[in-house]
Amino acid sequence: MIYFDNAATSWPKPPGVVEAMVHFLEAVGANPGRAAHQRAIESGRIVYDTREAVAELFNAPDPLRVVFGANVTEALNLALRGYLRPGDHVITSSMEHNSVMRPLRALERRGVDLTVIACSPEGLLEPADVEAAIRPNTAMIVLNHASNVVGTVLPVGEVGRIARNHDVLLLVDAAQTGGAYPCDVQGDEIDLLGFTGHKSLYGPMGTGGLIIGERVDVDRLRPITRGGTGSNSELEKQPDFLPDMCESGTPNVVGLAGLEAGVRWVLERGVDEIRGHEVMMTERLIEGLRAIDGVTVHGGLDAEYQTATVSFNLAGMASSEVGLRLDDDYGIMCRVGLHCAPAAHRTIGTFPDGTVRFGLSAFNTLEEVRKGIEAVRTLAEEGR
Amino acid sequence: MNDDQYTVVLVYSTSHALRAEKVLAEMGIDCKLIPVPRQLSSDCGVCVRVRTADREATEKALNGVGLEIEGIHDV
Repeated sequence: MIYFDNAATSWPKPPGVVEAMVHFLEAVGANPGRAAHQRAIESGRIVYDTREAVAELFNAPDPLRVVFGANVTEALNLALRGYLRPGDHVITSSMEHNSVMRPLRALERRGVDLTVIACSPEGLLEPADVEAAIRPNTAMIVLNHASNVVGTVLPVGEVGRIARNHDVLLLVDAAQTGGAYPCDVQGDEIDLLGFTGHKSLYGPMGTGGLIIGERVDVDRLRPITRGGTGSNSELEKQPDFLPDMCESGTPNVVGLAGLEAGVRWVLERGVDEIRGHEVMMTERLIEGLRAIDGVTVHGGLDAEYQTATVSFNLAGMASSEVGLRLDDDYGIMCRVGLHCAPAAHRTIGTFPDGTVRFGLSAFNTLEEVRKGIEAVRTLAEEGR
Repeated sequence: MNDDQYTVVLVYSTSHALRAEKVLAEMGIDCKLIPVPRQLSSDCGVCVRVRTADREATEKALNGVGLEIEGIHDV
């Protein structure tokens, strides 16, 4: 059995993740940030420690500006729908996931101007194209850090400097990079960063959040959800400070306990070491697949400039059929189709057929990569 | 001033109180998170209790990291 669907959700998790979640359920269990008894405080401490771990990983200066939610989609919705107003202009790329595109298209119908910068067929973005699109009413630039389809890394640092020069906010969707590729909100001048727990941060599903930088006017940010926060309880008005204003209702503490353990595992192992292992596997995978007659590998084809996610197609066989055969005959689990990113598929020329996607994680091995390549080779030979 | 004298520091939320607890621990200042005394606020949250002898050091430590103090009271 080989699990190559890590770009959707990583598996397996480091052992400490399961232990932290079981410990919370068995020995803590209380609601955080409400009552002040010892278990409630211990529960709150787990949430706070998770903020610190996330802040450390992304080099965010203030853990209280890390707000948690269910996943990166919720975080991106908060940043986009909470901040943008009719009359604002926003710039994004043609490599975005629907977690960015759908909220933006909905905002467009309500009077937000949208410019989508075309990326190259390899999925690469030219920072100068972004700068040229900036207008006096541009409020935000939104980019994924790396594509969920082809793994291509976008130049967020360069765009960050452009954004800052023009006094525009930069929102980065780090779903595919957090923990697997260096990401520094201060160094890359990122104002808002959405992350998700269940991919390369090695936490469970149902965890994620938004890092809100100092340049973001919190008074302008409208929470998507309002309700109980355990603070300002004498008032019927939502608190106006972070993190409480963006975190209503009981949080997923059991999930956050697991997320903290996942992020701590990444920090202990080191992003650079994880990255080194993934680059090595990605290089081998791209090379091996490209050597097979009838296989087209998409993206920049350079492991140094992409994550460990590789998309390809097999001539004469639909991606869905390839996925079924890999699962049935070889026990290789991957994802096929459009990967929730129609714009990205149009950019790389695989719309509407989609691709076969192998998403690797720190837990995959070169031996698994070799088996994956061999399986694709056998299918390709059958098809000829 | 003896050790039985306490000062409570009110902050905006439990998250802020937990941050304060960490910051004070790093500075070697003993503290405990307790329910906000009813006479000080009707909030349902927690606040930070320190020894009154550490009041000044506490204010300095929290200001040092930009953690806003909502109120500070000797109790």
